[in-house]
Amino acid sequence: MRIKGFLGALAAIGVGLGLGGAAQAGPTLDKVKQGGLVCGVPTGIPGFGMPDSQGKYSGLDVDVCKAIEAAISGDPEKVKYVPLSAQQRFTALQSGEVDILSNNTTWTLQRDTELGLNFGPVVFYDGQGFMVPKKLGVKSAKELNGATICVAPGTTSELNLADYFRATKMDYKPVVIENVDEIYAAFFSGRCDVISGDASGLAAQRSGRASKPDDYVVLPERISKEPLAPVMRHGDEQWHDIIDWVVFALLEAEEKGITSKNVDDKTKSDDPTTKRMLGVTPGMGKALGLDEKWAYNAIKAVGNYGEIFDRNLGPETPIGFERGLNNLWTKGGLIYAMPIR
Amino acid sequence: MASETIDARARSSRPPPWRDPRVRGIVLQVLFVAVIAAFFAFLVHNTIVNLRRQNIASGFGFLDREAAFGIGESLIAYTPADTYGRAFVVGLTNTLYVAVLGIVLATIVGTLMGLARLSGNWLVRKLAQIYVETFRNIPLALQLLFWWALLRGAALGPREAWQVLPDVFVSNRGIVFPVPREHPAFQWMALAFVAAAVAAHFAHRWGRERQAQTGQQFPSGWVGTGLILGLPLLVFLGFGAPLALDVPVLKGFNFAGGAALSPEFGALLLGLVIYTGSYISEIVRAGILAVSWGQTEAASALGLKPGQRMRLVVLPQALRVIVPPMTSEYLSITKNSSLAAIIGYPDLVSIANTTINQTGQAVEGIAMIMAVYLTISLIISLFMNLYNRAVALVER
Repeated sequence: MRIKGFLGALAAIGVGLGLGGAAQAGPTLDKVKQGGLVCGVPTGIPGFGMPDSQGKYSGLDVDVCKAIEAAISGDPEKVKYVPLSAQQRFTALQSGEVDILSNNTTWTLQRDTELGLNFGPVVFYDGQGFMVPKKLGVKSAKELNGATICVAPGTTSELNLADYFRATKMDYKPVVIENVDEIYAAFFSGRCDVISGDASGLAAQRSGRASKPDDYVVLPERISKEPLAPVMRHGDEQWHDIIDWVVFALLEAEEKGITSKNVDDKTKSDDPTTKRMLGVTPGMGKALGLDEKWAYNAIKAVGNYGEIFDRNLGPETPIGFERGLNNLWTKGGLIYAMPIR
Repeated sequence: MASETIDARARSSRPPPWRDPRVRGIVLQVLFVAVIAAFFAFLVHNTIVNLRRQNIASGFGFLDREAAFGIGESLIAYTPADTYGRAFVVGLTNTLYVAVLGIVLATIVGTLMGLARLSGNWLVRKLAQIYVETFRNIPLALQLLFWWALLRGAALGPREAWQVLPDVFVSNRGIVFPVPREHPAFQWMALAFVAAAVAAHFAHRWGRERQAQTGQQFPSGWVGTGLILGLPLLVFLGFGAPLALDVPVLKGFNFAGGAALSPEFGALLLGLVIYTGSYISEIVRAGILAVSWGQTEAASALGLKPGQRMRLVVLPQALRVIVPPMTSEYLSITKNSSLAAIIGYPDLVSIANTTINQTGQAVEGIAMIMAVYLTISLIISLFMNLYNRAVALVER
């Protein structure tokens, strides 16, 4: 897999050299309209982006891509998924191999600037945590002095980990492996005492991969803020706008009670915001350069944000997350859509 | 005089420039160089323009910035507060460490296995053949994952570590063992070792010259061994045997103190040695078979013992065949060590990849990796070519 990362980096050079030719500023939308959205998803995080036994991708990250494709072409099945490791993803995006990263990517200053990326709206508020086997008897991250810790390279987790242990004047030994399967195999086989990453991901992997999920516990501390958002290249403002507003439409739909089931009825609604969003009152689609049914199609395809969350991560799923920070602002969370008008 | 006439004649009979092969040759070469130069200038220019348009940072300034990520094992002191440049050096030393050890061990394993394939004993011969055919036919990356899974799965956690020798523990964190604490005596011992090695070399030369003149043999092997082992030992005893061991103790999660070999390092070294050893054994076998049987018979007829036959007659001739392909194997060990990344050993590529990812500077990072491997490879080639010249047949 690392070799692929290397090739990805080479591809980035190729593009830098003008051989890839995909990095034009502007016409991402035209390209997507012709060939379908190429979406960079995680190689395997249950609930966020993971192929099933038939190779069909599902998860919150995947649904974001489906919503965008549906808003553009009306057909969410036209998305092409490219699984990318944490190390491969940015070069793949920079080089034009993918049109968007929906890959549990934390929004940071350096990525936003020096890596030449743009971030869309946050789709999941997360924080970095630690998972340990219960039998170690560890109750708090403050007891982790001297631990061996598995962590994925090229992530903010790798950096936060170093920061946290420096700040608390503790020692640790990182074991850094790019391949998600390998790093969890290493942790569950006992090569590391601790595995660190986004807390949601840890809990999801525990339910997805551990032979006995109850033998592992996620420690209470959150050592960082991890706002996860879709990512685009610099230089295509229209594309940035489309991503922003498709995501906002999904959030707004939950607030307005529009679901994939009742969206047809809602087109008859008298609420002016709903009418504008669903294209009954035209204008919004044209402003984005999309069909007036953009939001209608997106919601019809994947449902509103609440439906997406419940389907992939909610209490009914094996992962069983509470909404917490990811609840609507009206219900004490941070999910807040900009006004669609 | 004569040459002038020829020149003059040549000049008078010279065809017009577009039909003169010399002129045409020069023009074509200049054109070719110009096209290549223009092509590269275009690539460089395009890269810079594209990077700038996407607002991707460029340049090597990042090497002085704080790396802020941890590295699992390092031969030199490193903390996350150090720079990316230092992290890069850590990766480089880790790569060199595993490459040098790998080259030495693979040579030993390969030579032994190559000799075993020529053994008169059927069982030994067949076992060596099975080894070669198995390990050179499985991709190295798979072998590495296999050894790594084996090494980390075969042992228990540090709290249930297996004590193989006093104070030597095997766990899924690797092998920890005691090391002597720092003492000035060790520097003097190192000095004594070098002095003994030089003395042994001269004793060997003196012994050979005496044998050539008088026919008397000198046991230079025994004398050399005695010198090399004895002199440092004398120094050690002279300092009063200051052997204080830094013993590993279980503290919290893991062993503290002593030295450790991680499963990642072990798996990488094992994989490289066994994989490359299988190729080297075939090279050694081919080299020995290339020396005609008559040489061995002639040596026997002179009354040389089997060991002497191999050492004095067959090997020097076999080396001429062995050394050039061996260079390629040494190069491939060095380059294959970059597969370390898949099992989490922090080699050059692994650390450069992280750096690329955190800084976004793929062009610079990849260029540095390429430059480093090229440099290492050229140095290995240089030394192997010098050695090859030393063993090659001197043509008169």
